[in-house]
Amino acid sequence: MSDTSADRRPVVTPTRVVVALCLIAPFVAMLWVGSYAKIEPTFIGIPFFYWYQMLWVPISAALTTTAYILVRREQRVRKGGGSA
Amino acid sequence: MKDGVNGVALAVFIFFFLAVTVMGFLAARWRRAENADNLDEWGLGGRSFGTWVTWFLLGGDLYTAYTFVAVPAAIYATGAAGFFAVPYTILVYPLIFTFLPRLWSVSHKHGYVTTSDFVRGRFGSKGLSLAVAITGILATMPYIALQLVGIQAVLDVMGVGGGEDTNWFVKDLPLLIAFGVLAAYTYSSGLRAPALIAFVKDGLIYIVIAVAIIYIPMKLGGFDDIFAKAGHALSQPNADGVPKGALASGDKQQWGYATLALGSALALFMYPHSITATLSSRSREVIRRNATILPLYSLMLGLLALLGFMAIAAGVKVDNGQLAIPQLFENMFPDWFAGVAFAAIGIGALVPAAIMSIAAANLFTRNIYKDFLRPDATPAQETKVSKLVSLLVKVGALAFVLTMDKTVAINFQLLGGIWILQTFPALVGGLFTRWFHRWALLGGWAVGMVYGTVAAYGVASPTQKHFGGSSDEIPGIGEIGYIGFTAFVLNVAVTVVLTFVLRALKAPDGVDETSAADYTADAGDPGVEADLPPATAGAPGGH
Repeated sequence: MSDTSADRRPVVTPTRVVVALCLIAPFVAMLWVGSYAKIEPTFIGIPFFYWYQMLWVPISAALTTTAYILVRREQRVRKGGGSA
Repeated sequence: MKDGVNGVALAVFIFFFLAVTVMGFLAARWRRAENADNLDEWGLGGRSFGTWVTWFLLGGDLYTAYTFVAVPAAIYATGAAGFFAVPYTILVYPLIFTFLPRLWSVSHKHGYVTTSDFVRGRFGSKGLSLAVAITGILATMPYIALQLVGIQAVLDVMGVGGGEDTNWFVKDLPLLIAFGVLAAYTYSSGLRAPALIAFVKDGLIYIVIAVAIIYIPMKLGGFDDIFAKAGHALSQPNADGVPKGALASGDKQQWGYATLALGSALALFMYPHSITATLSSRSREVIRRNATILPLYSLMLGLLALLGFMAIAAGVKVDNGQLAIPQLFENMFPDWFAGVAFAAIGIGALVPAAIMSIAAANLFTRNIYKDFLRPDATPAQETKVSKLVSLLVKVGALAFVLTMDKTVAINFQLLGGIWILQTFPALVGGLFTRWFHRWALLGGWAVGMVYGTVAAYGVASPTQKHFGGSSDEIPGIGEIGYIGFTAFVLNVAVTVVLTFVLRALKAPDGVDETSAADYTADAGDPGVEADLPPATAGAPGGH
């Protein structure tokens, strides 16, 4: 995330590292096809391949929401401390 | 297929169709601005949509009728390989979370309506902007045509349109009426029409999926039976003597699966219609919030994909895979609910078709008409041209579907996906850095376009000699991968190398009219007004 305002605050902050991890995690999970290309264990008769990928829909939504909350919080702090 | 017309289903279908037609025309009065004669009003709904309207609009826009028909159809034909649509839509949202807010900010600050507007402003290059605009229009046209294919599939299953020996005019009349009506309310209401209709479309779709995913497995004896039957059917050899598909992707298919998901995810928000829906939102927050709630549609898509297996298990036999899901609905549901399902697919075609034609029209008006033909066009003239072009685009798509074989539209849509991905370096690269040289971007784009087209032309399938699929061997790696993604990697490599060369030669860099702060500006900041004054919205670099 390079959402920097044009001032001298550090570009890499702990918050931004967490945000980046939240956003990258779904890519690692979904592009590593070998980790889920199997039938067992099934869930109510649905092979692992399908329910695992569908499980990642809510997981990635939760991760993106976390990123959103963190970004918004950081922006509020910056606005409050900077321009006032 | 049952003989004759399914009267009850048809009546329900017509009821919903009439309802959305009325909504489409009334939409012109919804949140109407005092001066509606500029492209921000007609083409972007006044840039005023909040979180929920944007959610429905984007959902209605991205998950098209063709998606509903084609994704389960791919599962029906090949099994696991068709499920790539799910990881694809999972990856889209973290991706847009990172770059779309920046595009929104800079577009609001400078009054950009299209991606090409931004590229021209950022790189000071009309040539690069023209390349992006033409790619966008070329990629969108067959996509609109495929929406018609979606409506046709539904009409066919309902028994409307007659058999092979019917007069062509009678056969295509329902489609002509549907599209005539669509064209009329898009013309009069602009982006407000699909925004309002999207509520109905998505409401219907969610109801149909919820019912289908519970009701059909109950009738078929549960998921255990469905997957057992589907697994057996998919393991049967096809004409070439290899199994048709599998329940989980095999070792050889995994590169293809991953690159198809990633390449498609990168490409989705390069499409003009996705950007149009994004720029119509009120603030950057709306976009970020949408990245967190849009995945609900991915869940729906996953469930929908499973219907492909149910069609196999239910013994649906169709020559044309596109008919598998409509036929499953007709076989499984009572007539009236089949009508609701068909209406959902039919209206699902109208919403994206409207947005796509508006987006293509905006591209033509802003980046071809105004940049090259009439630089002094007023906002009112721009709007007029855009409205007319939106009609032309639809007539073109209609002619395409009626005169040519369906496979031509599908081939072009496949190519369109490969092409549109080649605009990624200029657009997303440009949002984060000004390091790329404008001529290098143009060179990379050209290489990607040519490689992608040639490679796709060379893919044969059991039924087609050319354009038989979107995957081919990746040069140097030897695995099978998505052609669009290979072309994209090539594109980026050429862009980087050429940038080094051009920078060393001190080639003229072009004027960047944006500044770093423009990319984080939000509604309410100085210079970013909630409603842009129409005068500044038209002028390139007018600030």
